[in-house]
Amino acid sequence: MLGEGILKGLGETARNFAGSFVSAERLTTVQYPEERVAPIEATRDFPFLVYDGKDWEAGLRCVACQICEKECPPKCIYIVKSTDKKPDALGKPQIYPARFDIDISVCMSCQICVEVCPFEAIKMDTEFELSTTDRFGGLLYDRKELAKSNEYYHKIHPTEAAETDARLAEEKAKADAKAKAAAAAAAAKAAAGPAVAAAKPAAPVSAVKAADGEKQG
Amino acid sequence: MIEKADQIFVILSHWLVSFLPVWLQQPVHVLLSVVAIIVTFPALFAITVLLERKGLGRMQNRYGPNRVGPYGIFQPVADGIKSLTKEDIVPTSADAVVHFLAPVFLVVVVFMGYAVLPMGRNMTLVNMDAGLLFFFAIGASTELSVFMAGWSSRNKYSLLGAMRAVAQMISYEIPLLMSSVAVVMMTGSLSPNKIVDVQNQYTWGLPHWYIFTPWGLAAFLLFCVAATAETNRSPFDLPEGESELVAGYFTEYSGFKFALFFLGEYVGMLAISGLGTTLFLGGYSAPLQILNWVPSWCWFFGKVMMSMCVFIWLRGTLPRLRQDQLMNFAWKFVLPLTLLNLVVAALWRFMGDGWLRWVVCSAILLLAYTVMGRLGMRQKHIAPRSYRYAE
Repeated sequence: MLGEGILKGLGETARNFAGSFVSAERLTTVQYPEERVAPIEATRDFPFLVYDGKDWEAGLRCVACQICEKECPPKCIYIVKSTDKKPDALGKPQIYPARFDIDISVCMSCQICVEVCPFEAIKMDTEFELSTTDRFGGLLYDRKELAKSNEYYHKIHPTEAAETDARLAEEKAKADAKAKAAAAAAAAKAAAGPAVAAAKPAAPVSAVKAADGEKQG
Repeated sequence: MIEKADQIFVILSHWLVSFLPVWLQQPVHVLLSVVAIIVTFPALFAITVLLERKGLGRMQNRYGPNRVGPYGIFQPVADGIKSLTKEDIVPTSADAVVHFLAPVFLVVVVFMGYAVLPMGRNMTLVNMDAGLLFFFAIGASTELSVFMAGWSSRNKYSLLGAMRAVAQMISYEIPLLMSSVAVVMMTGSLSPNKIVDVQNQYTWGLPHWYIFTPWGLAAFLLFCVAATAETNRSPFDLPEGESELVAGYFTEYSGFKFALFFLGEYVGMLAISGLGTTLFLGGYSAPLQILNWVPSWCWFFGKVMMSMCVFIWLRGTLPRLRQDQLMNFAWKFVLPLTLLNLVVAALWRFMGDGWLRWVVCSAILLLAYTVMGRLGMRQKHIAPRSYRYAE
C-alpha cells in the first residue's frame, strides 16, 4: 500500500535515533583531539632524515648525493652540498648536506625520495599535526627539523625499519669482506714480488681506496 | 493560581501597560505582544536548529554538534555570530534593491502570519474573524519573496530554484487550503479562535479535536504533506536541492541575508505547525480533561515543537523527490483526496450522531486512499528494449 515504505523508513530512523543513545557500537565517531585511533603501520605522510647514534648532525645518513632532489616531482627538496668532509657515524669522512630543506606545503607525499635513496637516509614520517600560523617559514623544514633518530623510525615503522637495518648490516658485511679480501690480496701481492711492487708502487694503495669507496656505498 | 499561570503573559502585559496613560495603553499592549512574538519564535528557531542538527546526527549514528558549550547547546549562538560577521556579497549583475528586499520581505511576511494564531487562552494578537484567510494570504506571499530572490540574483541556479519553488508552492497551496476548508466547513467560521474553542470540549475526558474524526485525520495528513511542500522541507526541498542547484534560490546570498532566509524558512515552518495545531490538534487545549491545569500556552508550544520534531524526523528519513513526481503527487493524488475529503466532511456533518457515520466516512476515505495509491504506484511494465539494427 502507498506509504508503507515511508512508515518503514521512519521506523528505521527512529531505531537508529534511539539506538545511538544506548548502544556504543552504533556511534563509531572517534572524537579526535581527545580520542585517537592508533595509526596503522603503513601510515606515511612527509619525509624525514634518519640519523644513527645520539648526535643528529654527526649521525645523518645523508651524503648529499642529491638524487632525491632531482627525482622529487614537485621539487620540494633543496640541498646544498658541503665543501668539506665530516666523519659519519662509522667514522668515515663523508660529504654531508650543508642545507637540506623540504617545503612540506609543496611535498605531495609520493615517497619517491624514499624509493630512490641509496643510503636509506630519507624515510616517511607519520606526524600529521603540522599546522602552523606561519605558512612560509613554518612549513619549510630545515635539516634540524627533519632529522629524526633511527630509534624513532623503529618506533613508527617497526617492520620496515628492521628490514632497512638488516639490509644495511648486510651491505656493511659485504663491504667489509670485500675490503678484507682486497687487503689480503694486496698483502699477498706485496709479499710475492717486491720487484713488482717497486715497479708499481701505487697499486695496493689504489686497491685499498677502491675497497673504501665500496664500503661507503 | 492555575488561572494565573495560564494567563501569566496577559497579566504581565496588562500590569506593564498600567503604568502608562490610558490613551497609550492599547498601542503599547500591541507592541509588547509583537515584541514577544518576534523574540519567542526566533528563540524557538534556534532550539529547532539545534534539535535538528543533533537529531539528524543521531539518526545517522553520529553525535551532531557537541563542541560549543555543554553538549553543544550554544551551537545556534555560534552559527548566528558566524553569519553576522561574514561578508555580505551582492553579485555585480544582480538587481541590488530586489536582492536586498527579498530576505527582508520573507521574514516580515512570515512573522505576520503569527498575528492570528491563538497561542494560548486570550493570547491571540489580532482576533480576526477571517484570520484563517489572512494567514493563507500572508503565507502565499512568501512565494513572492522566493521569486524575488531567484530573479534578482541573476544566476541560473537561483532562477531555476525559484521557478521550482514557485511551481511547487502554488501546486501545494491548493491542497493546503482545501484540507483546511474541511475544518472551516465543520466549524462554520474562519476565526482561529472559534476553531480552537469548538475543539476545546471534552466527552468522557477526551477532547473533540478534529484529528480524532475520519475526515479530520485525512485532512490532517494531507495538510502535513502540503505544509511540508509549502515550507520547502525535505522530501520536497527541490527548490534548494543542493545536489543539483547549489542552494536554489538563495545561492547568491551570504552572511546575514542568508541567515534571514534560514530564519524565514524555520519561522515559516513554526507558523504552519502552529496553524496545523490550531486547525486539527485543538490549538492550546489539553489532550485530556484532567490535564487542563497545565497552562494553555504550554500545550500550544509543546504541540508546535512536536510537529517540528516530526518535520526533522521526516527530513532524516525521506530522500528528495523528482520534480515530476512532486507535481504528479500534488495534482493526481493529494488534490483529489482533499476534494473527496470535503465531500466526506459534509457527509459526516449531515449523517448525524451515531456509529454509522464513522464506518461510512472511514470506509470511503480508506477505499479512496487505497485505490488512488494503487493507481499512482502502478508501474508501466516496459519490455526489454529491442534494437532493430544493432543486433
